[in-house]
Amino acid sequence: MSRIQQTFAHTRTENRAAFVAYVCAGDPDFATSLEVCRSLLANGVDILELGVPFSDPLADGLTNQLAAQRALESGMTAARVFELVRRIREFSQAPIVFYTYYNLVFANGVDAYVREAKAAGVDGILTLDLPPEEAAEVTTACAAHGVETVFIIAPTSPDERIARIAAAATGFLYYVSREGVTGVRDQMAANIPQAMARIRAHTKLPTVVGFGIGTRAQVAEVAAHADGVVVGSALVNCIRDHLAERDRIVPAIGARAADLSAGVRR
Amino acid sequence: MSTVAKETMPDAQGHFGPYGGRFVPETLMHPLQELEDAWRRASSDLDFDHEFRYYLREFCGRPTSLYFAERLTRELGGAKIYLKREDLLHTGAHKINNAIGQILLAKRMGKTRIIAETGAGQHGVATATVAAMFGMKCVIYMGAVDCERQVLNVYRMKMLGAEVVPVHAGQKTLKEAVNEAMRDWVTNVRHTHYILGTAYGAHPYPVMVRNFQRVIGDEARRQIMEKEERVPDLLIACVGGGSNAIGLFYPFLEDQSVKMVGVEAGGEGIRPERHAARFQGGSLGVLQGTRSYILQDEHGQIQGTHSVSAGLDYAAVGPEHAWLHDEGRVEYTYATDDKALKAFQTLAKLEGIIPALESSHAIAECIVRAPKMRKDALIIVNLSGRGDKDVAQAAAKLGLQMPQ
Repeated sequence: MSRIQQTFAHTRTENRAAFVAYVCAGDPDFATSLEVCRSLLANGVDILELGVPFSDPLADGLTNQLAAQRALESGMTAARVFELVRRIREFSQAPIVFYTYYNLVFANGVDAYVREAKAAGVDGILTLDLPPEEAAEVTTACAAHGVETVFIIAPTSPDERIARIAAAATGFLYYVSREGVTGVRDQMAANIPQAMARIRAHTKLPTVVGFGIGTRAQVAEVAAHADGVVVGSALVNCIRDHLAERDRIVPAIGARAADLSAGVRR
Repeated sequence: MSTVAKETMPDAQGHFGPYGGRFVPETLMHPLQELEDAWRRASSDLDFDHEFRYYLREFCGRPTSLYFAERLTRELGGAKIYLKREDLLHTGAHKINNAIGQILLAKRMGKTRIIAETGAGQHGVATATVAAMFGMKCVIYMGAVDCERQVLNVYRMKMLGAEVVPVHAGQKTLKEAVNEAMRDWVTNVRHTHYILGTAYGAHPYPVMVRNFQRVIGDEARRQIMEKEERVPDLLIACVGGGSNAIGLFYPFLEDQSVKMVGVEAGGEGIRPERHAARFQGGSLGVLQGTRSYILQDEHGQIQGTHSVSAGLDYAAVGPEHAWLHDEGRVEYTYATDDKALKAFQTLAKLEGIIPALESSHAIAECIVRAPKMRKDALIIVNLSGRGDKDVAQAAAKLGLQMPQ
């Protein structure tokens, strides 16, 4: 079993959803980012979703745009992102999934990128702007190198697309709970149980839900219906809020992760 | 290039050879399919065509003239130069052709809100105009730097009732405006139509925009046949995303004797981040919905660009141009800021026409080519827009003083 499969098997035996945390690799700098990941994994995070910083993150809200900008300004490159994964692998066997944009995977050859990701210790790749229709090169490379694929399902995806997307994914599916970009919202989308039922009619793959989830209560609410809950911007905000005193970032984000991840363990 | 090749481009998924396609977040995939379906239905609907032609004629002022530039021709001493006068259109540029087409489509699709990106502001003005005509809410995204250098167009959009949102991310120009428009669209897609302004982006935009703009080339072909009884030897157009160029070129693609040149923005010369000539410094990549030639660094991060003209100041080029480039059907070159500014002045003084800085890039290439051609050769330059919007910026660059 892959690390991703093991994780969902484990959370199922505990009769709970997985807690998935998103941060941008290298935000605000390499050393702090490594400690951020360590702190997240020590505070209830089951799966780490690492954003690969891109100059033009058009699916992201302001919080994650600024995170990517900080990471790029601190000197993060593809090689440094892989290095970060290798360093995390020194202390953790939790699944690591790249959350990225296609040009970064495509720029120097898809196969080479996926091979290098696998060698560094990456378990899965989610490419925000790559629908299954255009994904043959990525799914082929991932199959060849043993990296799992994660695809997004949206509220606007009709049933025939859900079937197609589920067929392309091997790791898990990611349901975005609302139309829009990433970012914390006050109100949760209302129709998550119906959406999960629609998706499960087409697939046995685990389905996580993300976009707009930022409080423990929201985590708990979604966890009742999904196989996993993704929190991103609410954690990234802990980095943003302590940029002036970077030594406070790690304890702050650890405390936040512990609080939020308790939502899947009630 | 064979007839067969043209007829099958793009393929059903919007690919022009290795270029094009649909690279967007999943939320937009089904809406893009709905847009494609609606556009295909409209394309074969005579009522739609009738309505489109009606507004182009009665509201925009089509057909635009194919004007013989007599003094420019004489001054350059070579080929006979015709200007396709898209600058004479209502709102001042070719952008209105596409905006009319897309607003009629949006109306058919039952959308109530319109968004658009704009660089120089010409597409923003065209979009604000059609939104006003049909009583739709309108939001225009424009880089903060562009808002400053094209302030006249910001005022025009506001007067037309649009909300103009300055975008402060990145280098604050067209690319960032497109990102922000796409973020809006992904959030409001159920009731909002995105009037993308050029032959770029996810399928069906490149082919749809081309077809709304091909009226330029269809008219020019008819007009040159009337005036000269033959097709021209050379077509010249500036290329940002590439909609005015593809609009002029497309109806001539199968005329093997017609050469075509697309002119990109050479900025301060071909050095990283100082130009926007994708065929000079670009490589294959995926940006903002499509695969094409893109200015990027070795890691796939998109590079900064520069041009004196906001409308050409963009890191990627339309996928059909990428394909025509590789096929060798169209030649792509560039004009620097300085050459474009000189051409801007030349056309004003010789012909009494102040061209847009974008179109001045095409004029600059014409100034290079015409003298090397025989006197009986024919050139058509697409004068894609007028330069009113650029007067303050050009005056500052040229050091013009107010009379005392």
